[in-house]
Parts: sequence; structure tokens; C-alpha cells
Amino acid sequence: MNAERVSGRPLATPGQEAPFDPTRAVSAPSGFPMLLYKEWLRFWKVSVQTVLAPVLTALMYLLVFGYTLQGRLEPLPGIGYTSFLVPGLAMMSVLQNSFANSSSSLMQSKMQGSIVFVLLPPISHREFLAAYVLAAMARGFVVGLAVVIAAVWFVHLEVRHPLWVLAFGLLGSAVMATLGVIAGILSEKIDQISAIQNFVILPLTFLSGVFYSVHSLPATWQFATHFNPMFYMIDGFRYGFFGVSDVGPWISAGFVAVSVAALSLGALWMLASGYKLRH
Amino acid sequence: MTAAIRIAQLHKRYGAVQALDGVDLEIQQGEFFGLLGPNGAGKTTLISVLAGLARADSGSAQIMGYDVVRDYRQARRAVGVVPQELVFDPFFNVREMLVFQSGYFGIRDNGDWIDELLHHLDLTAKADTNMRRLSGGMKRRVLVAQALVHKPPVIVLDEPTAGVDVELRHALWRFVRRLNTDGHTIVLTTHYLEEAEGLCGRIAMLKQGRVVALDTTQNLLARFSGSYVRLKLVAGDLPPGLRTRETAADSEGRHTLQLHDYADLERVMQELRNSGLKVQEMELLQPDLEEVFMKLTGSQSAQHAAAGVHDER
Ligand SMILES: Nc1ncnc2c1ncn2[C@@H]1O[C@H](COP(=O)(O)OP(=O)(O)OP(=O)(O)O)[C@@H](O)[C@H]1O
Ligand SMILES: [Mg+2]
Repeated sequence: MNAERVSGRPLATPGQEAPFDPTRAVSAPSGFPMLLYKEWLRFWKVSVQTVLAPVLTALMYLLVFGYTLQGRLEPLPGIGYTSFLVPGLAMMSVLQNSFANSSSSLMQSKMQGSIVFVLLPPISHREFLAAYVLAAMARGFVVGLAVVIAAVWFVHLEVRHPLWVLAFGLLGSAVMATLGVIAGILSEKIDQISAIQNFVILPLTFLSGVFYSVHSLPATWQFATHFNPMFYMIDGFRYGFFGVSDVGPWISAGFVAVSVAALSLGALWMLASGYKLRH
Repeated sequence: MTAAIRIAQLHKRYGAVQALDGVDLEIQQGEFFGLLGPNGAGKTTLISVLAGLARADSGSAQIMGYDVVRDYRQARRAVGVVPQELVFDPFFNVREMLVFQSGYFGIRDNGDWIDELLHHLDLTAKADTNMRRLSGGMKRRVLVAQALVHKPPVIVLDEPTAGVDVELRHALWRFVRRLNTDGHTIVLTTHYLEEAEGLCGRIAMLKQGRVVALDTTQNLLARFSGSYVRLKLVAGDLPPGLRTRETAADSEGRHTLQLHDYADLERVMQELRNSGLKVQEMELLQPDLEEVFMKLTGSQSAQHAAAGVHDER
């Protein structure tokens, strides 16, 4: 340390060159862009694990199920099984990765204690939530896009309603990213996050119609599926590709949008009360 | 002038532990303030409430006039906190951490100030090193730099010198002192009492969540601690008139005598001369904070021991 050789520049001091100005404190630029950027970097720096690995997993499903079942199943009339599978797999990847990103980022920084670095600055609750959710959505988006792009090499795919694809992709990932924030705040151990992933999210995605059309299910199961929120996300997303769905896209979109709003309110309430983050 | 920190009747309970039990404290701008107390006294809890990392059960805390809960954005902008725990983000290097931290405070293009901080904290050579590859003392210095990116008027350091080697400790103090002379308010906790004694103008001692003493360092030393003279006689034993002053004697024949003031020293010498005794060696012992600390915050037995020393006059 070279304290003797300090330069002449005064530090911000009351009554000096850069006095503490309370009005500046409110109008100063927000910490949100940097938090978002940092959260983006956090997964992008390890994109082999966070992007490449899930894309590979999705492609494996596509190869195994697509090629073994192609021709034997036709869940939607006139659409080959492999084509049918692609949107479901892409959406499944979007959902899982959005959840994984926000939950694991919060969890890890809680475990390492580095969460204080984002709790000490004057970042508002809304900005805090938005940064974690948008970064998680970005990861979901990148993974989902990569799955679709990779699949196009093997499978013929047309997109009837690109706006619906985009809308459901974004809404669905927002739901899961927000859920990830809530899970990240609530959990005290990594195990709890994995438990939610393995016992809640994985079953719900698998049973949401990724691999089949709900019409091929017995009536009771069909009925039960309508209580699975993931079903609406995947059904709506698939509608964007094929123009066919089990439920109308507006109904699904409304359901998913209400979920986003409710979860966001819940997460904001947790952040504002300091629940589990500010002891 | 607005107080840098104003704390009123702060209470905070963790389960069965009353971590803060009605703390009142006011620290003026420009002060170098010491927060002392044994492990578990509530120092970190107090700092956490100030920093918004913990919520008080009741009472209020303000930084530069801003309530830490209601006006949290203004309050947090006014304070820089060096946490006690050695925390870091293993994904990034030193400079990235400082750029992020600046950004969280809404500061872009903070490169010059970051360079200056790196320089003062002797981290320039490590700027591009991943946090994982730093030694403990280096990580501690990065925490100091992170707390200063936004040039806060109030700087709170929770045991910043734990695990930092002697040379860097001195350099760190020179730096913090300089920040203080530049007008920054400094609040410091430390278990190195010489540090607090040398640096702090005022000191609060905390024990079980209560402030047990709050005064200038000088007054604390004068009030709670006397001076002593330690002497060895060429031959013979202490005259009876001096025995009442004796607080300790060692096997080498050195006697420690208490002095209430410096005129007392003259009385002791007079007594020795009257008895025809000659002094072989003599040493004046200054009061120190450790003694004050033990008396105010020590365990019951330590308190008795400390009290005993003075009662057997
Ligand atoms: N998050 C927490 N949960 C439960 N108890 C806590 C928590 N934080 C602190 N405590 C308790 O509150 C009391 C005060 O702790 P604190 O960390 O404030 O002490 P301290 O004065 O900083 O001690 P040290 O010198 O060891 O750092 C202790 O009894 C501690 O066990
Ligand atoms: Mg502490």
C-alpha cells in the first residue's frame, strides 16, 4: 500500500470538491443496468454449462424420441412427430433454464455471502427483481433459440405465428425466472433448489405435453393436465408454430400473464420485506 | 450539521439472543469512531442494521439524516461498509468486482478512482487476477476498495485488519486516516485495542447489545485506568507507607505501584528517600485501553480481578 504517495485529489468529502449531495442520491443513475449486465456475464462466462449443455440435452431427446417414434405417432394431424417435438423441447429448455439461472445465481451468492454486494447498493426492489428475471429470461431465450436453430437442420419446421412464439417464449420464461427468484430467496441449501427442480419442475414439464398431445391421454389425465401451468405455456408456444392447439392461445396467454403478475407481486413483497435476505 | 450516524433505541433479537438491547448513539461528521466489544457484543449486528443488511425490531437508525429503512436509497449511497466476513464472487477478477460495484451505485466510467483505490490498497498488480486466486489479506483489501467505490461520506469498517499482515495494516491505517482528514466519517470495529487507541477520537464499548461506555478515548483512559510505576530496589523491602499502593510484585523483586496522578510519583520517591532506599530500575506504565476494556466488558471474574487490583490500595 502506498498511502504516503496519495495523489492530491480530494475524496468526496462534506464541504469539499464533491460534497455529498442528497438530491443526487435520488436522481443518480440506477444500478439496474450493471446488475443486469453482471447477471448476464455470470452465465455467459460459463456458457458451456449454461447454454451448450442444455441444448445438447434437448437434441438428445429429439434424436432418441424423434427417430424412434417418427411415423408411429401423429399427435397433430399432418404434422410429423419430430416436428411436433421441437417446439415442446425448445420451450422445456427455455423454462428449465430460466428457472435454473435466477435460482442458482441467488442461491450461490447467498451461500458465498457475496449477496451483500447487491444488498448494500441503493438498488430498488423492482430493479433488483427485474435484473435477475431479465438475465434469466435472456438465458432461456438463448438456449431456446439455439435448440430451434439446431433442430432446423434435422427437421422441417414452419412458423405460422412468430409473434405468438415470441410472446409465449417470453411470458413462459418470465414465469419461471420469477419463480426462480422466489425459490432462490426461500431456499437455504442448494439441495432445496435441486429438489424443486427434480420433484416439481421436471414432472410438470414432462407431463405438460412436450412429448405428446393431451388428446392422446385418458380423460382423467386430460382433465388433470389443465391444472398444470406449464401445459398452457407449451400449448401456446406450439400454437405459434403449427396454428393448432388444445386451448385457445388467448386463454393460455392470459393464464400465463396472470401468473407472471402474481409471482412478481409475491417476489416484490419478499424483497421489500427483506424476507430471508435482510435478516 | 446533520449527524453522520444517529441511532435511537435500537433493539434486535435473533431467536433467544438479544443482539441489540436499546442502543443509542450519535456520531458526528468527521469523527473517527471506535466500536469495541467482545465477541457477540452486537457490533456486526449494529453495522448490519445501518447498512440495511438486517432489520431492527424497533428503534431507528439514520445515516446523514436518512432513515435506513424509509430512505434506504439515500442512506445506502451515503455509507460504505467493509463487511467482517471475507466474502467474494469467484466468477470475476478484482477490477471487474470494482466496476460492478461502481455500476450498482449508478457510477459509470469510474476507472480513475478505481485505479487510485487499487494503488492505495496495493492491488494494482492483482487487478486482473480472479478473486479465487487472492490470499485472504488481499481479499480483505478488495472489500475495502469495494466499500469506497462511491466515495461515501461515512465509512464503516468491521474488523478490516483481521488477517492483514503488519505492514499492510499500518498502510491501511494511513489510508483510512487520510480519508478521515479529508472529511470522511470513519466507524471502526477492531479487536486490536492499540489500533483503536491510536486512531479513534471517540469510542463506544458494547456488551450484550448495550452501550456500556461512550466517551473520548482520552477520557476513557483517564477515567477507568490509572498509571503505574514499576520499580526495583537496590536492596530492602518496600516501606509500609507504599505497600498500600502495591498492585503486583514479581519474583525478580519488581513492585508495581499505582499512581492516581503524576504528583503521586513525587510522593512515592519522597517516601523511598525517607526510608533511605535506592532505586535500581524504574519504569512508568501508561494506562491502556485493554484495561478499560476488561473492566467494562470483561466476564465477571475478569471484572473482579480488575476491581481487586484497585481496591487493595
Ligand atoms: N444471523 C444471525 N442469526 C442468529 N443469531 C445471530 C445472527 N447474527 C448475529 N447473531 C447473534 O447476535 C449476537 C451478536 O452478534 P454480532 O455478530 O453482532 O457480534 P459482534 O459484536 O460483531 O461479535 P464479533 O466480535 O465476534 O464479530 C451473537 O450472540 C450472535 O450469535
Ligand atoms: Mg462482528
